Amino acid sequence: MTFFKDTLVILISQVVFFIGGLIFFVKQLFKNYEIKDIKVQVIFSSTFALSLTLFLLIIFEIVGFLDSSSRFFHWRLSLISILVMVVAVIPYYIAFSLISNIRIVSSRYSTPLTIILWLGFFYCFWRIGDKFPLLSVNAQMFSIEQGVSRIGVIGVTVMAILSGFGAVNFPFTNMNYFIHPVTQNDVINTERKLLQTLDMIIAKKKRIALEKKNRQKQQNTTKNSFWGLISSVANKSSMSENIGQLRLEISGLEELARQLFLELTDMKNMQERQKWSSTWQGKYFNFLGLFFSFYCVWKILMCTINIVFDRVGKKDVVTRGIEIAIHWLGFQFDATFWSQHISFFLVGCIVVTSIRGLLITLTKFFYSISSSRSSNIIVLILAQLMGMYFCSSVLLLRMNMPAEYRVIITEVLSGLQFNFFHRWFDVIFLLSALSSIFLLFIIRKPLVMTENSASTSFDHNN
Amino acid sequence: MSLDKVRVVFLGDTGCGKSSLVNLIANNEVLANSWTTVGCQIEVKLHEYKEDTSHQKQFFIELFDVGGSISHKISRNIFYQQINGIVLVHDLTNRKSQDNLKNWLFEIINKDGKDVLKGTNASADDMDTEQFLGICQLHLQIPILVVGTKNDLIDEKQRKLSKNLAFAQELGAEEIYINSRELRSIQAGSTNAVKLQKFFDKVIERKYFTRDNSTFYDRQRKIAGLQSPLSESNRYFSPFTSPTIVDIDNNNNI
Repeated sequence: MTFFKDTLVILISQVVFFIGGLIFFVKQLFKNYEIKDIKVQVIFSSTFALSLTLFLLIIFEIVGFLDSSSRFFHWRLSLISILVMVVAVIPYYIAFSLISNIRIVSSRYSTPLTIILWLGFFYCFWRIGDKFPLLSVNAQMFSIEQGVSRIGVIGVTVMAILSGFGAVNFPFTNMNYFIHPVTQNDVINTERKLLQTLDMIIAKKKRIALEKKNRQKQQNTTKNSFWGLISSVANKSSMSENIGQLRLEISGLEELARQLFLELTDMKNMQERQKWSSTWQGKYFNFLGLFFSFYCVWKILMCTINIVFDRVGKKDVVTRGIEIAIHWLGFQFDATFWSQHISFFLVGCIVVTSIRGLLITLTKFFYSISSSRSSNIIVLILAQLMGMYFCSSVLLLRMNMPAEYRVIITEVLSGLQFNFFHRWFDVIFLLSALSSIFLLFIIRKPLVMTENSASTSFDHNN
Repeated sequence: MSLDKVRVVFLGDTGCGKSSLVNLIANNEVLANSWTTVGCQIEVKLHEYKEDTSHQKQFFIELFDVGGSISHKISRNIFYQQINGIVLVHDLTNRKSQDNLKNWLFEIINKDGKDVLKGTNASADDMDTEQFLGICQLHLQIPILVVGTKNDLIDEKQRKLSKNLAFAQELGAEEIYINSRELRSIQAGSTNAVKLQKFFDKVIERKYFTRDNSTFYDRQRKIAGLQSPLSESNRYFSPFTSPTIVDIDNNNNI
């Protein structure tokens, strides 16, 4: 009886999550596109709902909400369904959409081709697992652990890249230290240059249009006489030279106009940021950026130490924090009681921020690379990434929970080498953070330089 | 090169087909490969005003194909000066792009950063369409044409559906459907070509042959010291109508 009740609770929450996913899809992601294929919507929302069910089960584990055997059952069920989605359903639909978008292939061959593509994907997916020491020796052949471990590798990679980049980018975009000042004069000057360039382009294009018109007129009138023929040939070659020359100049000017426009956009964005940094919100974010930069530096140090000294933490954050509080700071409280609440709070925070962070990143990514033709495929790819991401964040979450709450994860996924995943996260985080620092540094340098060079080159032209 | 000119700006969501359309109109050829427009791509077309009549005269039409990316929104308003005509482009395969045309009109009305709709509802989205379009009519006084592109990619049923939601009707503007990949779409003599001709004639008329000084001209952005190196005198006297004149603004005649 309790099993039914528990199943009902979980089902209801899954429905709620599904509806939430639908709303996010329609209102945020697909804001500018018409929804033509409802399957895509359903797939996205169900992946979202399944991932959130996993988190919900962890939270129930900590709070001790439902019966433990039903939790265990639902845990296995959700893991298997996410596996099926991420390995079978979504790749199949991605392959199908890709193939139906290519016009050369007739629709008769699309299903067999899709199956072939999917088999290829599955083979690659399996091979990934052989390279890494994911499982302990006694794992079986076709078990959940096999699937989850491979998903875990990919998901952890994505997570580490995103957090590495995010940790570096946040201070960069929010701290006042990184704003280089832009005066209104600079903006006005760039606008003036842009308009002058546009005027020159217009003038040259008008000349080309007039020459073409004259050439047409000449062709119509001087076709008959012999002399007319010769003069028309001579004129034609000189005119086409003219036009060719003008076209070259125009393409140079158009490129310059584009550069100036991009500079103008950057300058205006920087102005907006300057204005924003003097508001309360701006100041708060500036402070947060400072905090994050310290966190980032500390995390990079920790990762390096972990890798160099081959150290993997055994104790989780909560227990260690409580120990420190009791032994060193002298607080006296009931460790077991508080550990439950603190881990609930901590895990809840992590879950909420990672969901929110991922959805925002997905939206930004989607807006920047999608077009009306490719929107379906990109959403499916994002759904795949989302499934893998949430699945592996569950694995990594295990590190943050005290031993008595890790039971459910360890029971189901007994064969996994969790330590490997943490080490892998550290490595990729380090790589990602360092390369983002490097990249951001490089991108900023030429920006400052082109402003100076554009102004000097333009003055030469004038 | 003493022909007069008018400026027509092409607005619409990114990926709608503005660049292909502009290329088709200006150069009479199909655009082979298109990239997303950064900033503004300008094409020039020689247009015969009132063709085949005694009043026939040549004008330059400057076609401003403005890139529609959201990230460039902040600096786009520099292209919205001295506009004499607006062409709103939407994608027939994507109904949302037609809904977004409202936002484009909103953007061009607010190009000087002043909130024209202060005192009424805040954004173009919550406002009632009729109310909004009424305000547009009041402030713009500029001929508008609505073009639906990618006509070949939808079927008859979708076309009828699209006509029913016609934004153009509400605006009181003409509408044409075009397949920018086919030259025949604006072949001389076809309905589309005739409508396009009429639109350009209307734009020219509104600028040069009426006294109706649009409020749009008054809102020019005065940029310090801007003097185009190719500018000449700037008054136009039409030999075809009685000399009651027209615009006393800073047109640069080339």
